[in-house]
Amino acid sequence: MDSSSVPLPDSREAPNGFRRRLGVSVAILAAAFAFLIARFWQLQVTEGDVHRTLSENNRVRLKRVNAARGLIFDRGGQLLVENRPSFDVVMVPEDARQPQDVLERLGGFLHQELADARQALAAAAASRRPPFENVVLRRDVDWETLVAVETRQIELPGVSLQIGPRRSYLYGTTAAHLLGYVGEVSVEELQRLPGYRMGDTIGKYGLEKYWEDRLRGENGGQQIEVDAFGRKLRVLDEVPEVPGANIHLTLDAGLQHAAEEAMGDHEGSVVVLDPHDGAVLAMVSKPAFDPNLFARGITSDEWRSLTTDSLHPLANKALQGQYPPGSTFKIVVATAALEENIINPFTRIFCGGSLHYGNRDFRCWKKGGHGWVNLHEAIVGSCDVYFYQVGQRLGIDTIAQYARRYGLGAATGIPLDHERGGTIPDTQWKRQRYGEPWYSGETLSVAVGQGYVTATPLQMANLIAMVAAGGTRHRPHYVARVDAPEGVDVPAVPDQVAHLGVRSSTLAQVQSALRDVVMSERGTGRKARVEGIEVAGKTGTSQVVRLKTDRKVNQRLLPREQRDHAWFVSFAPVGAPEVAVACLIEHAGGGGGAMAAPVVQKVLAYYFEHRKAPREDGQQEARATR
Amino acid sequence: MVNKRLAQHVDWLLLLLVATIVSMGLATVYSATYAQTQSQTSQLVWRQAIWAGAGCVLMFALLIVDYRKLERFAYVIYVGVVALLVLVPVVGFLSGGSRRWIHLGFFALQPSELAKLALILVLARFFHRDTAPGSHGLKELVVPALLFAVPAVLTLAQPDLGSAAVLGFVCMSLVLIAGLRWRSMLSLVLVGLVGVFVAGQSLWGHLKPYQQKRILTFLNPEADPLGAGYHLIQSKIAVGSGMFWGKGFLHGTQNRLQFLPEQHTDFIFSVFAEEWGFVGCATLALLYAAVLLRGLQIVSRAKDRFGALIAFGVVSLIFWQAFVNMAMTTGLLPVVGITLPFFSYGGSSMITLLLGVGILLNVSMRRFTF
Repeated sequence: MDSSSVPLPDSREAPNGFRRRLGVSVAILAAAFAFLIARFWQLQVTEGDVHRTLSENNRVRLKRVNAARGLIFDRGGQLLVENRPSFDVVMVPEDARQPQDVLERLGGFLHQELADARQALAAAAASRRPPFENVVLRRDVDWETLVAVETRQIELPGVSLQIGPRRSYLYGTTAAHLLGYVGEVSVEELQRLPGYRMGDTIGKYGLEKYWEDRLRGENGGQQIEVDAFGRKLRVLDEVPEVPGANIHLTLDAGLQHAAEEAMGDHEGSVVVLDPHDGAVLAMVSKPAFDPNLFARGITSDEWRSLTTDSLHPLANKALQGQYPPGSTFKIVVATAALEENIINPFTRIFCGGSLHYGNRDFRCWKKGGHGWVNLHEAIVGSCDVYFYQVGQRLGIDTIAQYARRYGLGAATGIPLDHERGGTIPDTQWKRQRYGEPWYSGETLSVAVGQGYVTATPLQMANLIAMVAAGGTRHRPHYVARVDAPEGVDVPAVPDQVAHLGVRSSTLAQVQSALRDVVMSERGTGRKARVEGIEVAGKTGTSQVVRLKTDRKVNQRLLPREQRDHAWFVSFAPVGAPEVAVACLIEHAGGGGGAMAAPVVQKVLAYYFEHRKAPREDGQQEARATR
Repeated sequence: MVNKRLAQHVDWLLLLLVATIVSMGLATVYSATYAQTQSQTSQLVWRQAIWAGAGCVLMFALLIVDYRKLERFAYVIYVGVVALLVLVPVVGFLSGGSRRWIHLGFFALQPSELAKLALILVLARFFHRDTAPGSHGLKELVVPALLFAVPAVLTLAQPDLGSAAVLGFVCMSLVLIAGLRWRSMLSLVLVGLVGVFVAGQSLWGHLKPYQQKRILTFLNPEADPLGAGYHLIQSKIAVGSGMFWGKGFLHGTQNRLQFLPEQHTDFIFSVFAEEWGFVGCATLALLYAAVLLRGLQIVSRAKDRFGALIAFGVVSLIFWQAFVNMAMTTGLLPVVGITLPFFSYGGSSMITLLLGVGILLNVSMRRFTF
């Protein structure tokens, strides 16, 4: 150890190195503090008077300018969601001096009781609100109120009008679930998300929520200097607001409307996809809600009635509703059976109306049976016994494997929240879920899309789109492009392409059978026929409860929640498919062919009637609306 | 062990300076929270006093141990603090869009504060022991860079840009004082400039403006462009309106009207400045300068390189926080979350900095023992 009287930090180092650097530190320190003290002098002495004046009566106030939220257009450039100006009556209690008296006078001018406004003032007084901030007395007032407030400014100190954008969904319930809605930012969201303030609007559901970052824009504001009465003197500083990006959807508003009309009073869902790329052309969920209710601030009664409705109007059934796919699942089993060489197109199986297996009779929907049928006939006539047999030979794990290759059992990845993935059961799933082995009788139920197997309408639409597109699966998406102030971009939602990976002869067999489901006289989907177009499809009727009695019980006599669901999945035209459709009607009280096929028929009819108009013309129109 | 001889060497002047700043801070926290509680002494003041007391106890406890023991345990302490930082995203609680604190029942611990001391210890140990003294080349800087990067990235991810920046400043200061070859320094600066340029061109430039903004807001939630602009003008008005003599204790109007953001933490200096004017501000600045100069004196008198390095680390920590905070409050630097040492409300910050003073005292009083 060093023992000199003034020990160096390190004797091995050049003695002056460390010291020199320490000297530099002292110099830096002195300079930094001299700099700070000079700044204090500048602010407090040179400019002190100015700042002192500004500090009195709080002459500087912040006026927020909310950015206009992005607009939403359909694929043809038709405006779906916009912002309309709305006027709020606000009060700065500190400027009003006697807020209650002013309120009284305001009520007099308007000839109405202002109980809400009184409450708002009381709440503001009780909260730790920063002084000199607006209290909203009345939202979205009418023209008369506007004029009354504007002309009596002198008698209403502290009261003013505040203009702000309000979200407006032009077609009400149309595509409500996809578009979603906005609302006031919640306390929980304020904690979680930086950059939001009390009272800000935020996307709460659907597209409005998922694309919040792009739609929202950047709020701006002004620092204004006011006089002792709160009147604006000058703008000290300004942060300009940046409007949100406009979003152009792949959705076709006309087709969407047609699909909603086609559903009529039924509950359920319709999904229309472009099989080439997974673009959503229409997405219906019934019953729907009116997003305008949320935009203007939903009342607690309205909220309660929406959330307690047993028909679940707030849920997007296209991706949140999970239903047994019924006979539409036979597409999966048929593909698996051909591909695994369990059968060939000529294999015939006898259907006598039921199959005795284990200790139970598994019935075919056709009481007398289909007789000897091959695969083609079994699909066209939707023979259950044929698929019981084939399913049994395939085994549950092989069926599950093909179902997953068709995209079932996992969310499609559409850019929306709350998507469900349905269930594709297999032996492992059963063991994990119930701790029980798989019983082979259960395979029979799965083979006809019953039992544990469930899927969402979106998954089924994607499945039929895959059949149409020759086995290519896309991630469904609904945003064609984003039109931001800084330029147009196509959103980076990765298109996850997957392939079914089966022989083309297998898919050709399935496609041909699906064509005859609609086009042949024996088909179960005849009601989906469209003049001049070759339509392919598959019906499905899924039982909600397992009935011990004959399946042919009169559905209309059953309570609603016990009635069958009706499915129809379809693509058209055969040969050069342009659209893939899935329709599900909850508790339809009838089969897929009778209930769901006519809905799809109307959707297809609309599509082929209007497709003459080229789709790409939306580009110019949309540009013009900016 | 502390014997009588050692106790005589406690640097009472340094202690007195720090105690003065702490008391001024307490008075200002009282004033800052006065408006909300209406003359009742706010709970925050009592809590702050308790943290200061606890900090003093820990500081004196630290004196018992020879600081050279800290060298032995530097990596243990460092790993412990990093573990706490890793825990933050798991068990930490969310406030204002970031997760920085761990609830300990009676106390919300902010591990990023402790990380500042831990970084000083490991860097000092590294430069003392694991490298040849004097001028360092670039190769020797790989380890310090890693030691800095781990807590800095964890802190940045919380996100807490302010604390991460302080870690960076402290690390840089220690590297410079430990000695860097001129050529290395030049190449570092060059590499830095090129790096910034390339990153700006290739990565940042490719981001869309909204993405850039989102990243900036994420990294630095204090700087919401509108809010920060507002904070700055209000803070400058508050400071400036104090004029030469100040408005007097408890008479600050900007503060009374709750106009100031974070008035008892990051922006406490503007409350103080409004009430005490230029006279108060200059006094406070000089007090900090005195603490720092005394600290540098301790560095120069330190008996060994490790002691000099940890003392210098603490000095640089206090310096950067004080300077950046006061510069930010007066609108000279962008708004980031950095507290004013010994002054701002906050238990973790107070205790960390008092422990830092403990290190200075420790190095100072053992300068004669061998």
